[in-house]
Amino acid sequence: MHNKTIAQIARDLAAGEYSSVEVTQSYLDRIQQLDHNYNSFITVTAEQALAQAAAADAMRAAGNATPWTGVPMAHKDIFCTNGVLTSCGSRMLSNFVAPYDATVVANFNNAGAVSLGKLNMDEFAMGSSNESSFYGAVHNPWQLDHVPGGSSGGSAAAVAARLVPGATATDTGGSIRQPAAFCGVTGIKPTYGRVSRWGMIAFASSLDQGGTITRTAEDSAMMLNVMAGFDPKDSTSMQQDVPDYTANLNDSIAGLTIGLPKEYFRDDLSSNMQQQVRNAIAEYEKLGATVKEISLPNTHLAIPVYYVIAPSECSANLSRMDGVRFGHRCDDPQDVNDLFKRSRGEGFGEEVKRRIMVGTYALSAGFYDAYYKKAQQVRRLIKNDFVEAFKQVDVIMSPTTPSPAFKAGEKTSDPVAMYLEDIFTIAINLAGLPAMSIPCGQVDNLPVGLQLIGNYFDESRLLNLGHQFQQVTDWHQQTPADLV
Amino acid sequence: MEWEVVIGLEIHAQLATKSKIFSGASTAYGADANTQACAVDLGLPGVLPVFNEEALRMAVKFGLAIDAEIGKRSVFDRKNYFYPDSPKGYQTTQLHHPIVGMGHIDIELDNGSSKRINVTRAHLEEDAGKSVHEGFGGMSGIDLNRAGTPLVEIVSEPELRSAKEASAYFRKMHSIVTYLGICDGDLSQGSMRCDCNVSLRPKGQQEFGTRTEIKNVNSFRNVERAIDVEIERQMDVLEDGGTITQETRLYDADKNETRSMRSKEVENDYRYFPCPDLLPIIIDDNYIEAVRSTLPELPDAKRKRFIESHQLSANDAAVLASSRTLADYFEIAAQAANDYQLAANWVQGDVSATLNRLEIDISELPVNAEQLGRILQLIKDNTLNNGGAKEVFNALVALGEAGKADSTVEKVDALVDSMGLKQVSDTGAIEAIVADVLANNPKLVEGYLNTPVEKRGKAMGPFIGLTRKAAKGVNPQVVMEVLKKKLEELG
Amino acid sequence: MALEQDQVRNIAELCRLQIDDAQIAAYQNNLSNILELVDQLSAVDTSDVAPMAHPLDAVQRLRADQVTESNQREHFQQIAPATERGHYLVPRVVE
Repeated sequence: MHNKTIAQIARDLAAGEYSSVEVTQSYLDRIQQLDHNYNSFITVTAEQALAQAAAADAMRAAGNATPWTGVPMAHKDIFCTNGVLTSCGSRMLSNFVAPYDATVVANFNNAGAVSLGKLNMDEFAMGSSNESSFYGAVHNPWQLDHVPGGSSGGSAAAVAARLVPGATATDTGGSIRQPAAFCGVTGIKPTYGRVSRWGMIAFASSLDQGGTITRTAEDSAMMLNVMAGFDPKDSTSMQQDVPDYTANLNDSIAGLTIGLPKEYFRDDLSSNMQQQVRNAIAEYEKLGATVKEISLPNTHLAIPVYYVIAPSECSANLSRMDGVRFGHRCDDPQDVNDLFKRSRGEGFGEEVKRRIMVGTYALSAGFYDAYYKKAQQVRRLIKNDFVEAFKQVDVIMSPTTPSPAFKAGEKTSDPVAMYLEDIFTIAINLAGLPAMSIPCGQVDNLPVGLQLIGNYFDESRLLNLGHQFQQVTDWHQQTPADLV
Repeated sequence: MEWEVVIGLEIHAQLATKSKIFSGASTAYGADANTQACAVDLGLPGVLPVFNEEALRMAVKFGLAIDAEIGKRSVFDRKNYFYPDSPKGYQTTQLHHPIVGMGHIDIELDNGSSKRINVTRAHLEEDAGKSVHEGFGGMSGIDLNRAGTPLVEIVSEPELRSAKEASAYFRKMHSIVTYLGICDGDLSQGSMRCDCNVSLRPKGQQEFGTRTEIKNVNSFRNVERAIDVEIERQMDVLEDGGTITQETRLYDADKNETRSMRSKEVENDYRYFPCPDLLPIIIDDNYIEAVRSTLPELPDAKRKRFIESHQLSANDAAVLASSRTLADYFEIAAQAANDYQLAANWVQGDVSATLNRLEIDISELPVNAEQLGRILQLIKDNTLNNGGAKEVFNALVALGEAGKADSTVEKVDALVDSMGLKQVSDTGAIEAIVADVLANNPKLVEGYLNTPVEKRGKAMGPFIGLTRKAAKGVNPQVVMEVLKKKLEELG
Repeated sequence: MALEQDQVRNIAELCRLQIDDAQIAAYQNNLSNILELVDQLSAVDTSDVAPMAHPLDAVQRLRADQVTESNQREHFQQIAPATERGHYLVPRVVE
């Protein structure tokens, strides 16, 4: 049963093949048996899940079922869940039982979905290897001594290990696409403003965007149908109609133009990686697409821009974690400053502290123009590169990552080396564009991801392209060898 | 050495919106601690702000009232600092692109002239919560009900030259924001607070001296007193050859002194940057004109009109125009009576005295403007004499005090009747009453008739008293005439 | 750009992070490397470029002035480290 996709489970439930309680119980059992290998869940909400499943079965019996009624899934632990621990992978929030639901969570609840629990992640979504979680590192189901990527490493690993058919995730600089690539699953980060950020604990507000990790593009479309939409509680949410993302999955892609940015196919990319990605693009050509080389000349500035903007925003976003109203509080504070400094010093891990300090420095007196303002200006140049490119092409493709999953511990001592992992994904967040990673090959028994970048609000096209690829290839069906 | 005083004020006015600037929590004053602090106000993880349209409208209205440039693109910034009553660790405010740019107001000086004070800017921001230091066993209690209440911070140019001018400026701002209805102006509840930047420089010097900032002064009188003692303190330091430290100070009204605030000195690097959870606010000319069309007549215009169209003295006009509620009350009564001077006398006389005695606002006075207007009408048409009018007025106040206030105009007439205050001017009726009085007091009549003619004027006194006693509200003028005639007839 | 250790201490103070003295050197090294990475920006000519606030240059939406929230103090204070009579408790604040 665990090899079924969301679409299959939805069809089976509708056909009465099994009940929601049965499928939910089977996933819960599987999590209990296997997750000690991966550490992908922080919290498993078995009781609530079974209650939701029973309610879903009753809904169905009453003839009120929707496509999502009774389908199991899980949330990244960055989404607030009313009455359930929402830790964001941090000691700081290790006692934070959220008093409300994120809009995304409420949307899934309203659709009748069953949440199995909360998924592990890099602390406050800062990281590319899921090694910075207070709840321990997550292991890549393909090779346990390799990282699953981050920050949505728990979401990617759980889906890859078939512990859950689909999961929510968030992406600030690649945090959906990079782990999806590392774990051989499908991940989509929608256009900035497409999915509500209400109740999604902020890392870098102008870059954060919620999305999904699933095994197939079709499942991603089903998840986005629930997640996407305008939210009056989020000022950055866009008032734009939401299409049925499953409607165009089967459209022909003949005649589409694919742009290949020369800056993303660099010489230092291993020939193995290059080959996997080129093969995938050749599949698209077989499906009738044409390929065109393009240039995104400011690509090399994306990482510097990101490492000014993201730390600056996070330094302010995390200031509310002060030990006063919620979260970790140090013992016996001597005075208010001691309360702030020790609660924060103890509550945050190293990488989070580093980024807060970088951001604090970049915003401090005399540096604002040189760092933050400059970065916001260069950010526009990066966006303009894409705007120009989309005048010539319908979609842009590239490798998702420069290499397959690296070994655990390999980059933890060198933050800058870790930052360079996101070199192909970061610019897309800066521009606010939608992008997807789909499995497109393997190198050394580790999956390789193909990144598809779309124009604003062109999620349907990305899903269509992903689905068409998955109709003619089976990379998305490959299973880690250890898995039964 | 002769010193010149340089003062600039930063006034924080709470906007009279129903809900907070970025959340749907109530802004009502006086609720139990933290019962009006929602998840957004508490800065819980994952919450997001959405801007209140009424706060925008009110700020634009203010800008138009002080003839300022309106920011068609304004931006919210985060001002970062840690403090227990600042729940997000930053205050959302406007640094580089405020909603209101350079404007000005005129203040009236003691010598009767007026002085223009330029307003540098006014921006929107959120208020902080409150720390309570007593009653928590050596700890402080944090109440975040006030957190997120919309404020406009109004920053003046350093053009005020004395404590008196500063206080006049604060009063004028108070009058403007309450006229506009964008702030309730209640100083005792902190609806308006003032930070005073004070420095001295040798007379004739261009360059400013080092300034200190006196935080959170919350009454007109204290603004004047706080600045005066700070000027004195700085002058003492400077005269002794010392230097002023740039710092934040607090005014202690009980001791009438300012003292250095320790806590806020630790940091002053606020790391402002545009709030990424909020987007630029864009407004166009149509919006601005629509707001302009809702501007009420402002205090200066009203004062001028009272003088020019209704011949009030400058002093009467200034007093009556100082508050919109007072001015409205006055004008309704004046129009009803068709006599601005009579209404001006009453509002500054009995009305003001009653407000002071009961320590209430004009809006709470048991005699409303329509009722006062009716009383004045009755004076004008000779139905009431002045004493009778006061009696009706006081009776209405007494009803209000007893919790039986009646706000109808008819009540005025009913009281006049029931209290027998109607002035009788009808000569026939008065003749009958006088005839009765004379018939019932033969001894007095006899005494009168025995009085030499030249002293009879004084001897008429008792008859007047008796007549008025017999018929309350008789017109004394008519009584005199009738008595004179009747007594003369008797001899 | 290389940071001095005192600068690292000042930054930590500004953002209220307790950092052990033993870790200062490591932070100094890491932060300096990150700043070196971002210093590439200084070479870019941005004289005519407006800073980007939102990828789609969207503008602020306005909310009607309505009270939509009711008292949830008990609910919210369940997760608070220390409260008394409805107030959040902190060490005494000195003004």
